[in-house]
Amino acid sequence: MLTARREPPMVEIEDTYEVKTAPETKEAPEAAPAPDAKAPTKLKSAPVIMSLPPDPPAHVIPEPIDAKPAVFHGPVIHPELDAERHVLRVENFHLHYGKRKALHGIDMKISAGKVTAMIGPSGCGKSTLLRSCNRLNDLIDHVRVEGNICLDSQPIYARNVDVIALRKRVGMVFQKPNPFPMSIFENVVYALRIGGEKRKRTLLEACEKALRAAALWDEVHNRLHEGALGLSGGQQQRLCIARAIAADPEVLLMDEPCSALDPIATAKVEELINSLRGNYTILIVTHNMQQAARVSDFTAFMYLGKLVEYGPTSSIFGVPRHPQTEAYVSGRFG
Amino acid sequence: MAAHSIYGSYTRLKSHLMLAACFACTAGILLILVLVLGYLVSIGFRSLHWSFFTELPTGTPRNPGGMRHAIAGTGVLIFLASLVGAPIGLLAGIFLSEYSSKSPLAGPVRFTADVLAGVPSIVVGILGYELLVVPLGHYNGWAGALALAFIMIPIVARTSEEMLRLVPRSYREASIALGASRARTIFRVVIPAATGGLVTSIMLAVARIAGETAPLLFTALGSRLMTLDPNEPFPSLTKQIYDYATGPYPEQKRLAWAGLLVLISLILGVNILARIVTHRMQRHH
Repeated sequence: MLTARREPPMVEIEDTYEVKTAPETKEAPEAAPAPDAKAPTKLKSAPVIMSLPPDPPAHVIPEPIDAKPAVFHGPVIHPELDAERHVLRVENFHLHYGKRKALHGIDMKISAGKVTAMIGPSGCGKSTLLRSCNRLNDLIDHVRVEGNICLDSQPIYARNVDVIALRKRVGMVFQKPNPFPMSIFENVVYALRIGGEKRKRTLLEACEKALRAAALWDEVHNRLHEGALGLSGGQQQRLCIARAIAADPEVLLMDEPCSALDPIATAKVEELINSLRGNYTILIVTHNMQQAARVSDFTAFMYLGKLVEYGPTSSIFGVPRHPQTEAYVSGRFG
Repeated sequence: MAAHSIYGSYTRLKSHLMLAACFACTAGILLILVLVLGYLVSIGFRSLHWSFFTELPTGTPRNPGGMRHAIAGTGVLIFLASLVGAPIGLLAGIFLSEYSSKSPLAGPVRFTADVLAGVPSIVVGILGYELLVVPLGHYNGWAGALALAFIMIPIVARTSEEMLRLVPRSYREASIALGASRARTIFRVVIPAATGGLVTSIMLAVARIAGETAPLLFTALGSRLMTLDPNEPFPSLTKQIYDYATGPYPEQKRLAWAGLLVLISLILGVNILARIVTHRMQRHH
């Protein structure tokens, strides 16, 4: 619900990064000047990001931030995630578009029944990772993957996987609303129809159930047989969500589902995501950090094809542990 | 360096001259079109009479009757040709648009279609003669229809490919993501979304074969009798026009003009219809 809105906290911009690895190092940095250089509490080098021009064009990928690999060689995974039941596990996943490598060994566990947000600047690979979870990248030529993604501990990139069965269990909602040029009813029952369901009654019941779950029933119940393209953008996107959940998936992938919508339609879709929490495992890619903060239980920050930090949303936005995460969530780049 | 004047520069003059040349050439082309069509309409219209559509050839050159047999013949030939050419062309178009990205066959198929679309139609006529007339021992309508189908296939294949490509990728992705197979996606989503365009591609091919004469010269041969049996030599509008226009009798020549007018109207009508459908489809997506 919108009342449960969590505002991202303001983070002060400092010239040096304070590394928040553990609370006690923050308490007494001067009292215990650690003699070994391997664990410095403060990174002295001037961060590259501060020398960037004030408003870099959107298409410029920011310079990699000097993150002192001595301190961070690998993603920061918060321990709270271990307590969860995981339905989807990304295991050392690499992906190449031809010669270009888009994902560099991602390890990530998606918690069952929770909303997990993936944030990061454009081109960081979050959509690619999302589209790998239902093997939609198979449609693109010259894509090559290594590693695996497991759905309920079954590897989905194994040789004998039935991708059609996989995609029925892992539904997807796209960036731009993409209802088929058919009636609202036919859109919702599409998955059932291709599953061979012909009984009118079953189809109508499933249609109503899905539209109710997508909070669209009241708006369209008297024009189910009119064209779906006549709906507004926000309604179209909720119809796409209804279409996805009519297939009764376990996991719902959402690729920037609100980026083409106005604020009111966005609020409705976010409300819908909140109401789906618990029944579905939702993995959502978003450019909008406020949105990630509002709707998600866990947040993963990705940068340049790598997972940087992954943990409870409140921690990622409140007390990020990785300097890159901090720079991003405080709006210093991206 | 002194600033250039912003008025009346040489560059501006050149630009105007270029524009004028473009206009002149366009006007020239339009003028030729108007002259040809105008001449055709003025003579054809004078000769066109209701009896053209209702009467059969009489056999007396002074009073040649009408072309009912030829109109029916062309209709049957187009129908038979479409029956063979449209499905093959459409399936080839579907292959090129939907399956070709991963197939090594795509390039050669597309190239072959382009070459076939440019083959002189007399070549198709000779081919039909060798393959379908010589073995059967006599000229026949089947050979004519198949020769026309052969011309139709590459046209339908290439235009339907373009029409299918107009269907947004997002439709395909949505369907695939819902667990539909590729074939189901094509038949349930892509083809319904492209129906208008696919009909257009067939109409354009029909317009093209309706005006073909050369492939029919050695296959259907033509006939002055009313027949609907493709096992016999088969009448067609174009061949009948050719016969009358090259003959010595002015009455027959007039009838040929009327036939030309009917043919041109038919082709123009189909083309305009196709254009409207295509335009609507492009705006739709």
